[in-house]
Amino acid sequence: MYEERKPGFNTLAIHAGAQPDPATGARVTPIYQTTSFVFDDVDHAAALFNLETFGNIYTRIMNPTQAVLEERLAALEGGTAALAVASGHAAQAIVFHTLLEPGDEFIAARQLYGGSINQFGQAFAKCGWTVKWADTTDAESFRAAVTPKTKAIFVESIANPGGIITDIAAISAVAKEASVPLIVDNTLATPYLMRPVEHGADIIVHSLTKFLGGHGNSIGGAIVDCGTFDWMGSGRYASLSSPSPSYHGIRLAETFGNFAFAIACRVLGLRDLGPAISPFNAFLILTGIETLPLRMQRHCDNAFQVATWLVAHDKVAWVNYAGLVENPYHRLAKRYCPDGAGAVFTFGLKGGYDAGIGLVSNVKLFSHLANIGDTRSLIIHPASTTHRQLSDEHRERAGAGPEVVRLSIGLENVDDIIADLDQALAAV
Amino acid sequence: MIHDSYTDAYIRDILVQYRVIAMVGASPNASRPSYFAMKYLLAKGFQVIPVNPGHAGKTILDQKVFATLGDIDQPVEIVDIFRNSEVALPVTRDAIEIGAKVVWMQLGVRNDEAAALAEAAGLKVVMNRCPKIEYGRLSGEISWAGVNSGVLSSKRPILGAKGGQQRALRSDKV
Repeated sequence: MYEERKPGFNTLAIHAGAQPDPATGARVTPIYQTTSFVFDDVDHAAALFNLETFGNIYTRIMNPTQAVLEERLAALEGGTAALAVASGHAAQAIVFHTLLEPGDEFIAARQLYGGSINQFGQAFAKCGWTVKWADTTDAESFRAAVTPKTKAIFVESIANPGGIITDIAAISAVAKEASVPLIVDNTLATPYLMRPVEHGADIIVHSLTKFLGGHGNSIGGAIVDCGTFDWMGSGRYASLSSPSPSYHGIRLAETFGNFAFAIACRVLGLRDLGPAISPFNAFLILTGIETLPLRMQRHCDNAFQVATWLVAHDKVAWVNYAGLVENPYHRLAKRYCPDGAGAVFTFGLKGGYDAGIGLVSNVKLFSHLANIGDTRSLIIHPASTTHRQLSDEHRERAGAGPEVVRLSIGLENVDDIIADLDQALAAV
Repeated sequence: MIHDSYTDAYIRDILVQYRVIAMVGASPNASRPSYFAMKYLLAKGFQVIPVNPGHAGKTILDQKVFATLGDIDQPVEIVDIFRNSEVALPVTRDAIEIGAKVVWMQLGVRNDEAAALAEAAGLKVVMNRCPKIEYGRLSGEISWAGVNSGVLSSKRPILGAKGGQQRALRSDKV
């Protein structure tokens, strides 16, 4: 029977979550640009507020355009449900707000996007949540950091900006020993290259702003519930397993089973903290996702060629791209993302800090800006921008030393991308 | 049959064909999952008859509670078991006895011996599933909550009898 076929990734990227609009027949998901939704009657309203039925109330909590994006992401990642929010940072804030209480700890890889290092180390400290840093290349360093207060472990699947591939299965084993959920930021890989749920992730977060949206036009974030963590069995996560004071004493994990984490993030975290995604951004990101498989493969193919060219350049000290055979993370790349090692990587200039500044000033096709995962090729010198606020030690450990330049390779003709780097390097 | 998974068509046909559910283990406590499921199924037009010996003679959601399946004074089509897997066996024997058409065990409830008995007696069996979630999943209503329904379709969803957000199910066989 046709409906029992298991659809492939390309099909899901186009169709998951998106039936024609029931009222108008519109085939493309409409932009439901409205704040609120009328109730059928008072009983329907009461049932919605009690979480007894499924439906829309207010766009700060849910919206039909956003819902299609959420189901699409859950399907692509192989999760049970998802929640889309205003940004990747909002996704992280809601995940930890749902899991942690004041005084709790979590362990995070120190090889993270600089903004996450700030959020975890500075903003979260104000909530009484303490981050313990570990080394994403060494699962033992996570094991050593576990204490009775540990409530979660956080890693990036492909670390930004260092080009490191994380051994998710090894760190998942530590999380399982400690009976805490493993959270994986899968932004740089996207589910096209890697599905963390297949390696033991319990929660996946995304900045949708990057390759999933893919066109540099919309900020967005998402949380995917893998449905794998036993919240009732653990009993340590009050938002999920204790009677909820704001929902007449229901236990969300009991009522919503294997998609309870996504529901908790929506009806507690998003409801109370408020970082909703706009329906228009959700629409643009959905449109981007339809071509994710095609774009991601071209991004990776172009990145491999650029990295190979840079290795041979006499002003380049090193290139850290896991797609290169000689790279120390190549073995992990083959295992975790055999179709490509992503399109964001760093390289070092023999000329150090000044050469880095010079290169970003000389480029004509690359855009010098603080984003990744655009159709356009992007360049940045992390030490003077994204990682500027960090200490020298944190910068080095995050793979953002003074000589480091980060590239996000776009979809232009690869000869044009290389020619631009060639002329810009000639002048440094 | 093998009960590790079910086709969508199998589940959909049960929910479209049968309208009278006896819910064994129904609770008057509004924070219990069985209460949520009962309220939702009532709103979808099912008749739901609560079965709970501790509350026999009282009402839950305006429906009269019976002590046992055998006490119910009308035909029952689906017996929905909100009890543990062990108790599912005697409940299944009762379901066969009263001529039910389907034995449905809730999420987390599975008893293969009971399933074999029911199937030998000509009943359909669903285990480790919730009829509320299945109705929401197959109608598309659960997708409002960002849940991965596993349903791909280029056909319009079917609107419910009332309201703009409520949806309905239709058999593949029409």
